Amino acid sequence: MSSFFSYLISGISLGSIYALIALGYTMVYGIAKMLNFAHGDVIMIGGYIAWLVFSSLGLPVWLAIICAVIVCVILGVVIEKIAYKPLRTATPLAVLITAIGVSYLLQNTALLTFGPASKTFTSVVPDSLGISIGGIDITGETIVTIVVTVLIMVGLTLFVNYTKSGKAMRAVSEDRGAAQLMGINVNRTISLTFAIGSALAAVAGILLCSTYPQIGPYTGAMPGIKAFTAAVFGGIGSIPGAMIGGIVLGIIENLSKAYISSQLSDAIVFAVLIVVLLVKPTGLLGKKINEKV
Amino acid sequence: MRKCEVTGVKKLTLSATAKDRYTTYGLVVLIAVAVQLFVSYGNASNSFKGLLVPTCVYVLAALSLNLVVGVSGELSLGQAGFMCIGAYVGATFSVITAESIASDAVRFTIAILLGGIVAGVFGFLIGIPVLRLRGDYLAIVTLAFGEIIKSVCGNLYLSADKNGLFVALDVKAKSAHAFDAATKVDYVNGALGINGIPRTSNIRVNEWAFVICMAVILIAVIVMLNFIDSKQGRAVMAARDNRIAAEAMGVNVTRSKMTAFVMSAFFAGVAGVLYAHNYNVLDTSNFDYNQSILILVFVVLGGMTKMRSVMISTIILYVLPEALRGLNKWRMLIYAIVLIAMMLINNSVAIKKLVEKIQAKFAKGAENKEGGAA
Repeated sequence: MSSFFSYLISGISLGSIYALIALGYTMVYGIAKMLNFAHGDVIMIGGYIAWLVFSSLGLPVWLAIICAVIVCVILGVVIEKIAYKPLRTATPLAVLITAIGVSYLLQNTALLTFGPASKTFTSVVPDSLGISIGGIDITGETIVTIVVTVLIMVGLTLFVNYTKSGKAMRAVSEDRGAAQLMGINVNRTISLTFAIGSALAAVAGILLCSTYPQIGPYTGAMPGIKAFTAAVFGGIGSIPGAMIGGIVLGIIENLSKAYISSQLSDAIVFAVLIVVLLVKPTGLLGKKINEKV
Repeated sequence: MRKCEVTGVKKLTLSATAKDRYTTYGLVVLIAVAVQLFVSYGNASNSFKGLLVPTCVYVLAALSLNLVVGVSGELSLGQAGFMCIGAYVGATFSVITAESIASDAVRFTIAILLGGIVAGVFGFLIGIPVLRLRGDYLAIVTLAFGEIIKSVCGNLYLSADKNGLFVALDVKAKSAHAFDAATKVDYVNGALGINGIPRTSNIRVNEWAFVICMAVILIAVIVMLNFIDSKQGRAVMAARDNRIAAEAMGVNVTRSKMTAFVMSAFFAGVAGVLYAHNYNVLDTSNFDYNQSILILVFVVLGGMTKMRSVMISTIILYVLPEALRGLNKWRMLIYAIVLIAMMLINNSVAIKKLVEKIQAKFAKGAENKEGGAA
C-alpha cells in the first residue's frame, strides 16, 4: 500500500509539471487558436539555460531561474512575432507546419550548440527538503514541484480573472474581432500570452530536469506532447482544465508504469488521449464551439 | 462567345492533366532505366548503390503522405507508424516463410501485398476515429497512434514451437511460458526486433532491387493519380478547399477522406516492407515521430500538390545531404529554416501583397509594350 502512495505522489509531482506545460498550450490555443508545437522545446531551452548558469557556471539558483525565465520569455515572444504573427489569417495546416518547423529549429540549434549527449543536471532543490511520512519517502523535488505549481496556478487564476490584462486575454479568446473593436490591443495581448506561457515553460523545464536529472536536445519533446494531451484532456482553452488534466495524466502515467508495463506507459497515455477525444472531444471542462458558415 | 471560350478552356485543361500524368509516369520510368543502366554498366560507387533503395522507400512514403497532406489537406504525423506496421508484417512473413517459399520473387510479392494490406486495415481502423476530428486534433491523434504503434511493435514477442504460435507484449509473459526447447523459434523479439530477414530489396544481394522498387513506385503513382482524377479524388479536394460547401453539395466527406487515408496507409506499409527487406535486422528505432516529420518535410517542400514535385523534392532532400557528408550535421537545421521560410512566403499577407505589387508592375509593363506594338 505504501508503494502505491509513493507512486501516487510522484505521479502528482509529474502531473504538476505537465500541468504547468499544459497551461502554456491551453492559453495559446485559447487566444491564438493554434497548437504551439514548439512549446515543448521552449522547456528544453529553459532547462539548458538553467543548466548553463547553475550547473556549469556555478552561479546561485535564483539567478539560474531568473535567467531561464527571461530567456524563455524573450524566445516565446520573438517566435510569435517572427513565425506566427504573419500567419494569423493563414490555414491551420500552414500554421501547424510552421510550428513544427520552429520546434525542429530549436531542437537542432540545441543539438549543434550543446551536442547530442545528455548533460547531468544538478537539482536546484537541496536534498535536506525531503521528508518521510508514515514510511513513504517524499523527495524535495516532489514537494517543491507541487508547491510551486499550486502557487503558480492560484496566481494565474487571479491574474486572468481580476487584472485588466487578464480580462483582455479572456476577451480576445472569446472573440478576437469584438475585442479589437472594444479597444483591446490584440497583438499585445497575444504577445503577453506567449510570454506567460514561456515563463511557465521555463519553470516547468527546471522542475522537470531537477526531478529527472538530465538535459538533452530532445528532453522537451515528449513532455510537450504529453502536456498537450493533458490540455486536450482537461478541455483546450480552459485553465482549470489544464491543471486537472495534467495531474490526472501524470498519475495515470506513473501508475501504469508501476503496475502495467514501464515500456507501454507512453502508449497508455496516448490511448487516454484518443479515448477522450472520441468520447468527449471538448475535454473535461471545455466548451463546444459551433462552426459558422 | 463566352460559352465557347469556357468549353475551349475545359478541353485544354483535361488534356493537360492527362499529359501531366504521362509526364510523371515517364519520369519514373526514365529515372529507373537511367539509374539501372548506370549501376549495371557504369562504375557506380558502393555508397551510391546503397542510397538507391532507401531513396525509393522515402519517395514512396512521401507520395503516400501527400495523399493525406496535399490532397486531403489534413496533417498526419503518424506516417512512420504505418511504415512500421508494413515493415513488421512483411519482415515477419518473410522470416517465417524463408524456407517454405523457395522463390524470392513470390515471397517478396506476397510480403509487399500483405504488409500493405495490414497497414491499410490499420489505416481504416485508425481512420474511423481520426477522420472525425479536424485540424490540430487530427494531427495530434495521428501522432499518438504512431507512437502507440511504435511502442506496441517494440514490445512485441512472437515465437513458435511445435505447439503453435506464441504472442506476448511482455517479456515476463514470454519467460513464464513453457516452450518446447527443441522446436522453439523466435520471430519477433521485443526491443531487439526481427532478425534474419531475407535481404530481397538489398541491392548487393539482389541486383534488381532498385528496379523492383521503382516498379512499385510506378504502380503507386498510377493508382494515386487515377484516384486524384476520379470522382472520389475530386470530392476529397473539394472537401479540402471548403468542407462545408462540399458537404452542402452532397459530397460524403468522411468517406472520400477515408479512401485517401487508407490508400496512404497502404502505400506507407509497402514502403515499410521495402525498407525492412533492405536490412538483416529490423527494430522500431527508425519509425519514431522524427521519421514522420522528416517525411512531412519532403512533402511540404515538394509543394504539397503534385506527385512529381514531391518525388523530386524527396530525391533531392534525401540524396543531397547524404552526398555532402559535411552538410549532414546542419541538415535538419536547414530543413527547419526552409520549412518556416516557405510557410511564411506562401501564406504571409504582407509578403503576398509585395508579390502582387511586383506582378502588377510587370503586368503593367507588358500592357504598355503591347499597346506600343499595336
